[in-house]
Amino acid sequence: MSNLDPPAAPTPPDDPHVTQPAVTTGEPGADFEFTVKARTQWELVLRRFLRHRGAMFAVFTLLLIVAVSVSSIGYGPIPGWWGLSYLQTASTVDGGRPTLDVLPAFVDGDGLAWGQHPFGQDNAGRDYFALTMRGVQQSLLIAILVGFFSTLIGATVGAMAGYFGGVVETVVMRLTDVVIAIPLLILAAVVARGTDGSAASLGLFLGLVTWTSLARLVRGEVLSLKEREFVEAARALGASPFRIITRHILPNVVSTIIVSATLVIASAILLETALSFLGFGVQPPDTSLGVLISNYQTAFATRPWLFWFPGLFIIGIALSVNFIGDGLRDAFDPRQNKVRA
Amino acid sequence: MGVFIARRVIISFFTLLAATLIVYVLVANSGDPLEELYGIADGNQREAAIEARTALLNLDQPVLQRYLGWLTGAAGCLVGACDLGQSIAGQDVTTLLPQAMVTTLRLVVASTLLAVVLGVTVGIVSALRQYTGFDYSVTFMAFLFFSLPVFWVAVLLKEFGAIRLNDWLADPVIPIPVLVVVALLSAGIWQAVLGGPPRRRLVVAGVAAVATGAVLAYLSAVRWFAQPALGPVLVIVISLAWAVAVTFLVAGLSNRRVLFAALAATAVALLGSIVLAPYLTDPTWGFLGLCVVGLVLAGMAAGFALGGLDRPQAMRAGVFSALLAGGTVFTDYVLFAFGDYYDSVNGRVVKTIGSGTPNFTGTFWERFLDQTTSLVLPTAALILISFAAYVRYTRSSMLEVLNMDYIRTARAKGLTERTVTVRHAFRNALIPVTTYAAIDFGAVIGGAVITETVFGWAGMGALFRNGLANVDPNPVMGFFVVTGALVVVFNLLADIAYAYLDPRIRLS
Repeated sequence: MSNLDPPAAPTPPDDPHVTQPAVTTGEPGADFEFTVKARTQWELVLRRFLRHRGAMFAVFTLLLIVAVSVSSIGYGPIPGWWGLSYLQTASTVDGGRPTLDVLPAFVDGDGLAWGQHPFGQDNAGRDYFALTMRGVQQSLLIAILVGFFSTLIGATVGAMAGYFGGVVETVVMRLTDVVIAIPLLILAAVVARGTDGSAASLGLFLGLVTWTSLARLVRGEVLSLKEREFVEAARALGASPFRIITRHILPNVVSTIIVSATLVIASAILLETALSFLGFGVQPPDTSLGVLISNYQTAFATRPWLFWFPGLFIIGIALSVNFIGDGLRDAFDPRQNKVRA
Repeated sequence: MGVFIARRVIISFFTLLAATLIVYVLVANSGDPLEELYGIADGNQREAAIEARTALLNLDQPVLQRYLGWLTGAAGCLVGACDLGQSIAGQDVTTLLPQAMVTTLRLVVASTLLAVVLGVTVGIVSALRQYTGFDYSVTFMAFLFFSLPVFWVAVLLKEFGAIRLNDWLADPVIPIPVLVVVALLSAGIWQAVLGGPPRRRLVVAGVAAVATGAVLAYLSAVRWFAQPALGPVLVIVISLAWAVAVTFLVAGLSNRRVLFAALAATAVALLGSIVLAPYLTDPTWGFLGLCVVGLVLAGMAAGFALGGLDRPQAMRAGVFSALLAGGTVFTDYVLFAFGDYYDSVNGRVVKTIGSGTPNFTGTFWERFLDQTTSLVLPTAALILISFAAYVRYTRSSMLEVLNMDYIRTARAKGLTERTVTVRHAFRNALIPVTTYAAIDFGAVIGGAVITETVFGWAGMGALFRNGLANVDPNPVMGFFVVTGALVVVFNLLADIAYAYLDPRIRLS
């Protein structure tokens, strides 16, 4: 941290409409002009996030994975530049070994070469690069849908329960108690078994069972925020509960919501792969990273590439999302990074 | 306290009841249990099969009525007449459940305990060395472990932790390059953990590298891994080293009374193991349980007799030292049985399939080895993920505590760093970790379903998976009642531990 950094923003922040003045902490001397630049809360958060090296690297990796997976085999109407389809079978070349080579010639390689099937072929001769990219698309789509629905439901329910209290709160909190008593994988498997196994319905239904922890977090924060003066002022001015929640309370909870959303997405990636592995997730002929690993787990001894490539992509995606979540948390709440005195 | 527990138990009971309803209805509606029967070609046979299954699962009744029927049977468990219904194959769930339960509980409890101990230890060291190479490496590893799919790790473990390890055990010689790498790794880890000025780090690294290298070279040369054993001398040395380490953590080595109490407790434990040796060749779990009680009493007695003014600390050190000495003796016996065990399983020591060799007979120690070697890989796969979470939680909560004013006060009044860390900070840092442990337990059960699938265990995971795949609610409910009750019990324990660690919380 350079000494030009603004002092840590107070958290939880007050009304977000008030800007935080940032004071440069240099020695004000004759040849040093004392400047004050006003920065909003969001500018501060963004600055801290952009300076988080791990998170920026993760953003770059994730965007790269998304871009390659969508552009290579295309998605829906988008055409892809990779000539082979993930459904098209063919005869296997060289036992389906990957033709990808990154070793230079002097250590027994061909330099950087893609070849015809960079990730090899599966036992039906399908191009494994195309299959993996399709798996990435499906897994990411499910994870993002889960993140979206679970955040939407969790934030709404939590805010309502916290703000209105009374019967709404009791019902909602007892319901979350019940859902939390069921191990997540169990609940998710039971729900996923009932879907048609398409990415969209899996995303929706898994979202329906993963919102409880966020609802509790949001409720806790709303409970304390609704007693604050600025909420009381808004109420005195005659603002409706809807306006108070959306304009005055939720912006103050947004850090919790965003951080939780990234963590939900990261765990949803793993949840989807676990469900597909057990056979309750994405159904063939469509594929996902979990389906790929599940199909070829016994092939590890003979054709390990069928196992390595999807696994590496799962780790890459989950790791990136986790790092982004960590960077966001640091950006919203820099207190945690204080060096011990 | 009593009122609090009673109230929590009642609330948890109703929560669990509501959860059973949800799970039952969801499972019953998740598909068509008759689906596979539609494929029967012969019309009459098909009709008969469908009719039989309809009668077995009461499919002519509405779901809620079936649930009530199940609940009535399950309620019988409270008065000793359990009826959890039948599976789709016509087996009673009450006969399927107990065996599966033992298998799975062993896995879940072992990995939870290990993950807590390892995770909390690493997390605390990581917090004490904030922003060092060690801290960054641990943080990165934790993130990596978070992002690993359990089954992917499990398949890798199967290949490298079992098949290749067993091949290696046939001729356990450590190649020189591996030896050098391990020695350098150990040097890197030890200097990072102990820290200090560069000169001290260099010395630590040197000593660690030479010591690790020498020990490994020696073990490899005498083919120790083929015939492992500690022997009486090493047992005594290791037990005494434990006593010194315990004293260091509990009271500091300058406190002679505590040190003597710990050493005395160790001596009593070792003497006890010699006296009891005839009974230890083929003991039972009950006998070993009695031994543990004896060790605790001996440790307390030693601390009480020798502790003087520091009696509470001395007693604590005595108990831990006695237990660790007992553990060392236990390890010795287990290792001693390894040679015979190796021969009786033809060298395939670490198992990739199943929760034990079928129809295995042998002494207590060989049976223990058999179960442990089957347990080691699934447990490792499960630990990895929980471990990462415990490291992160402990680290951040420890950092938060270390930044508090009372820690500064403790340092300012001249307490040693050991006292500040162990007595002032550690206890408070554990509070949030306790809460997490309860949440994590549910996740471990979910993970156990997957690990059991990969390793082919016939445990509760199989009960759940097959039940759900066949749209067969009864086995799934049997699974859920047990795991749900466990999660509830763990939450209750966490609450009680919470109140014990933080006296400000009143349980009422």
